[in-house]
Amino acid sequence: MAKLTAGWFTFTCCEDSTILFTEILNTHWQEWTKAIDFKYAKTLRNSKGIGPMDIAFVEGAISSASQAEKLKQIRELSKTLVAIGACAVTGQPSAQRNQFTTEQLEAIKPILERFSYNEKVQRLDEIVKVDFSVPGCPMDEAKFIELINKLCIKSTLI
Amino acid sequence: MHQVNFDLSLEEISKIEGAAALDLSVKDGRVTKCQFKITEYKRFYTQAIKGKAAVAAPALLARICGTCSNAHILAAIKAVENALQITPSPQTLSLRHLVNNGLIIRDHALHLYIFSLPDLFNQDSLLDFDENDPQQHQLLHDAFQVKDAGNQLSILAGGRSVHAPYPMVGGFIKFPDPAATAKVIGLLKSARPAVERLIKVFAAWPQTQSQTIPYLAYIDGRIKSSDGLDIAEKDYRSHLQKKQLDYSQASAYTYKVGGYMTGALARLNLAPNPPAPFPSKNVYHNNLAQAVEILQAIDDSIAILQKTTFKPEKPLSTSGGSGDGIGVIEAPRGILYHHLTIKDNVIADAEILVPTGQNQLNIESDIKILVDQKLQHTGSENSATPGVELKKQLAHEIEVLVRAYDPCMSCAAHFLKINWLPARK
Repeated sequence: MAKLTAGWFTFTCCEDSTILFTEILNTHWQEWTKAIDFKYAKTLRNSKGIGPMDIAFVEGAISSASQAEKLKQIRELSKTLVAIGACAVTGQPSAQRNQFTTEQLEAIKPILERFSYNEKVQRLDEIVKVDFSVPGCPMDEAKFIELINKLCIKSTLI
Repeated sequence: MHQVNFDLSLEEISKIEGAAALDLSVKDGRVTKCQFKITEYKRFYTQAIKGKAAVAAPALLARICGTCSNAHILAAIKAVENALQITPSPQTLSLRHLVNNGLIIRDHALHLYIFSLPDLFNQDSLLDFDENDPQQHQLLHDAFQVKDAGNQLSILAGGRSVHAPYPMVGGFIKFPDPAATAKVIGLLKSARPAVERLIKVFAAWPQTQSQTIPYLAYIDGRIKSSDGLDIAEKDYRSHLQKKQLDYSQASAYTYKVGGYMTGALARLNLAPNPPAPFPSKNVYHNNLAQAVEILQAIDDSIAILQKTTFKPEKPLSTSGGSGDGIGVIEAPRGILYHHLTIKDNVIADAEILVPTGQNQLNIESDIKILVDQKLQHTGSENSATPGVELKKQLAHEIEVLVRAYDPCMSCAAHFLKINWLPARK
């Protein structure tokens, strides 16, 4: 049976779930790489562009119009989109500037303007449809493994 | 002189921590513009931390970076303890040492196996390694074994390899039990031969580029440099100058007249009796230095775990108060500096210097040297539009060079205090 095509993308975050993902691979890589082609994953390979995929795992919150556009593109290209970790699922802690005082906002204003930040940081489901979520900071390891098994491993072994 | 003119833009450098890009222009065969840009969006931690409880600062500041989170926890704890005059117990220091060793093993292994090793075998990804080739098969399996040993050590000592929940201001809240300790000792011992193979692979890698810069490291409680600096950690910041780059989301720093390097290569270059070929000026030896450090961290951890029985100890309580504290540690990528100002138990101000910000100028300078050298050896074609092949080759070689630094963009882009010039329209 053909492998499922997957992508792993990160936006505004500390990439803790990416790191945890690479640690989970320590004991699951042989099983998972038989069923899944991690084709678009900048951490694992030099992926040129992106194309259609079965599953997109998306970590991080959205800080700018360019990030929002990229997220929409990922949504269009993926059959299933999974929000990974606290920033993607709730916006926090990357969205902490949404709660800044006027004085704090004034201090960061030059950076927001220079690099075209959006006024507010958004979680993924404020911009696109999210099919599944793995919350946690970092993501809940057991829930992630359970979801991979449900979406990828069992579906390809049937 | 070669009449080579072109622009090269790398929008997303792959197999590094976080997002970085490069803009390069070549005119008449010389590099006229070389901008290494950290494109990670900021989360403003040094602003957000203000007004938060000092004892909560380590866990909050850990979120600056996933991969180096445990280093940020350790540096922030040290800064808070120095500010509030708390002296940790010998057992606490020993456990923190193990947390850092776990981080060194798993983080260096991630960089060397997942990010860098494919470059040595002309593969795009470690996952593409040929299982039918005995060496590639071995290295593929070694990668996950070594990473797992570091991961399990991190879990034993800190509770998790990312955002460790056990280390606190004043001590730890959980301690390794003998059965789990014995298991981790076994994993570390089993990983040792794999690391010896890794050292051989990187020692045999012929890639060379010579540097003429100072190396800085935090050794035995002092900041030392290859040009004779030997100062207390509290004086470190006064020896650096911040440099704003209007194209990068991170601040850069200079030492004396320019760039410097911090990280595994600097640490081995400044170590009392480093193994051959150190001290080395070859930037690609940062990879070899990391491989050597994995072995050192494994041996050191086995020795500590074998001779220590950890006993539950309540974290030292603090009556709180006000103070100014600096916490410096050697994180996997180099000197990590946390300066926290506490007023009435609450963070009033914070300044954090991370290794990648400190290495940023030097990365840029090394890219420029690489491209200039490459252009000098491209023959005498007088083409105004160099071959697609040359640009492809350059793009690849620049990525390999950047990866040798093992930069971490999540860390580098946490800063707040930047005074930008007005944006150019």
